Amino acid sequence: MTLFGYRLPAMSSLILWALVWEIVGQLDLTFFVPPLSEVLVTLTSVIGTAPFLKALSETAQAFAAGVAAAVLIGIPVGILMGKSRLIDELLLPWVNMFLSAPLTALVPVLMVLFGFGMKSIIITTTLFAIWIIILNARAGVLQINRSLVEMAHSYGANPLQAFYKIYFWAALPEILGGVRIGVIRAVKGVIIGQLLISIVGFGALFELYANNFLMAHFWAVLIVLFALAFSVSEFLAYLERRVSYYAASR
Amino acid sequence: MVMPQIKEAVNVTDMPQSDNAVVARKVSKTYGDVEALRELSLEFPRGQLTSLLGPSGCGKTTLLKIIAGLLKPNSGEIEVNGKPVTGPGPDRAFVFQDFALMPWANVLRNVAFGLELRGVAKSEREAVAEKYIAEVGLAGFEKSYPHQLSGGMRQRVGLARALSVDADVLLMDEPFSAVDEQTRRKFQEDLLNLVQHENKTFIFVTHSIEEAVYVSDQIAILLPRPSRVSEIIRPTDLRHKNVDNIRRDPEYLDIVDSIWASLRSYVE
Repeated sequence: MTLFGYRLPAMSSLILWALVWEIVGQLDLTFFVPPLSEVLVTLTSVIGTAPFLKALSETAQAFAAGVAAAVLIGIPVGILMGKSRLIDELLLPWVNMFLSAPLTALVPVLMVLFGFGMKSIIITTTLFAIWIIILNARAGVLQINRSLVEMAHSYGANPLQAFYKIYFWAALPEILGGVRIGVIRAVKGVIIGQLLISIVGFGALFELYANNFLMAHFWAVLIVLFALAFSVSEFLAYLERRVSYYAASR
Repeated sequence: MVMPQIKEAVNVTDMPQSDNAVVARKVSKTYGDVEALRELSLEFPRGQLTSLLGPSGCGKTTLLKIIAGLLKPNSGEIEVNGKPVTGPGPDRAFVFQDFALMPWANVLRNVAFGLELRGVAKSEREAVAEKYIAEVGLAGFEKSYPHQLSGGMRQRVGLARALSVDADVLLMDEPFSAVDEQTRRKFQEDLLNLVQHENKTFIFVTHSIEEAVYVSDQIAILLPRPSRVSEIIRPTDLRHKNVDNIRRDPEYLDIVDSIWASLRSYVE
């Protein structure tokens, strides 16, 4: 973007919003918004402490396990749905339903089924991420060039080889797009799980800071969370660009 | 050498057991209500190039895919080397109209893909692939990706892939229709060389009359809806002539004209 003939660096809008935040905070309009400078000072003081690192590792573990399950189950299921009309007819209504369902409302049910521990949090995370991953893998497979499938078949590929040598790679650009959106949804899932199921990890920190009106702490943790989610999502976007050279020519 | 065409014709009728690599017997195929092929029978002599020629929608690609084992006929059967076809097999290799290359794999892996599926060790299959990449004139492009190549070069990759599995029968589905005219002519010359030097049977689908007459030992003209063989033409004489002169040879022009005469009524 250019302004008055000057080329603005990437993300310069963030600087503007940071300024607005600082001004609103300094004006002391509401306790809910402390000045950004105060939040950043709090951030540096909080970030190395034992409770913070413990929360980070708890959240990271649940997040990683939940995303891994969503990817490992979601991608094959999506590919199978794209390949087989029967499986597609059977599963598609459910996938669409869960994609738009208010999953938060299901969390109490998960607590009854799987208890109050880590397991329920991981399952919540998976449930937030998996549906869009399935749908994107399915969409990726549906647009595969027919003759690529015929090629694999005519050169003697068995179904398993066709699966991981052709379908997976041909659908990879869409699959990565789905994983990227799924990961962003999983961030929501893991925090909601940690707030509702058992108060651990970042969920516990949010709960603690909000209940004690420690808004600077609250925002500091939120910034850390945003930064983590943003990095993961940008990394996946980078992978997507790596395969985009063939996305147009399949 | 008096009247060699007739001599050739006598040979065919004299030897009904002549060596055919592929035989189609009363093959019928319907898509829902549409009858694509009706009781089509055709023989493909070993070591020769047979063209399937006809207007679009005449089922020539359907027949080719049935021979490849990619489609199942409703009735009738295909024999390759005397054995009935039940599915794709290592005795046949397919060259696709739209090349069907894996865009995420480089030329070397694309060409070696048939051998990769058969579980041939990496070093061995890459050696074979490199040999055929050089043979189709793409040496130096082993590490290139399909999107970096021109249409003609991509089809050379498709051809090298089909050659590297060393199948007896090469099935080519309008292989040159997606490349430009100059490249196409070069391809046709290369194909003639290939038929001469590789001991393989070629089945070649095309909708170009000139192309069929130029490259074929035998041309089967298919008429559409439902498709059947209306005529078999063997331009035997042309095969002994210099490739540079075929296109102005009177016999070549006569055959092109007569095929056009029988097809023109089917072109709307």
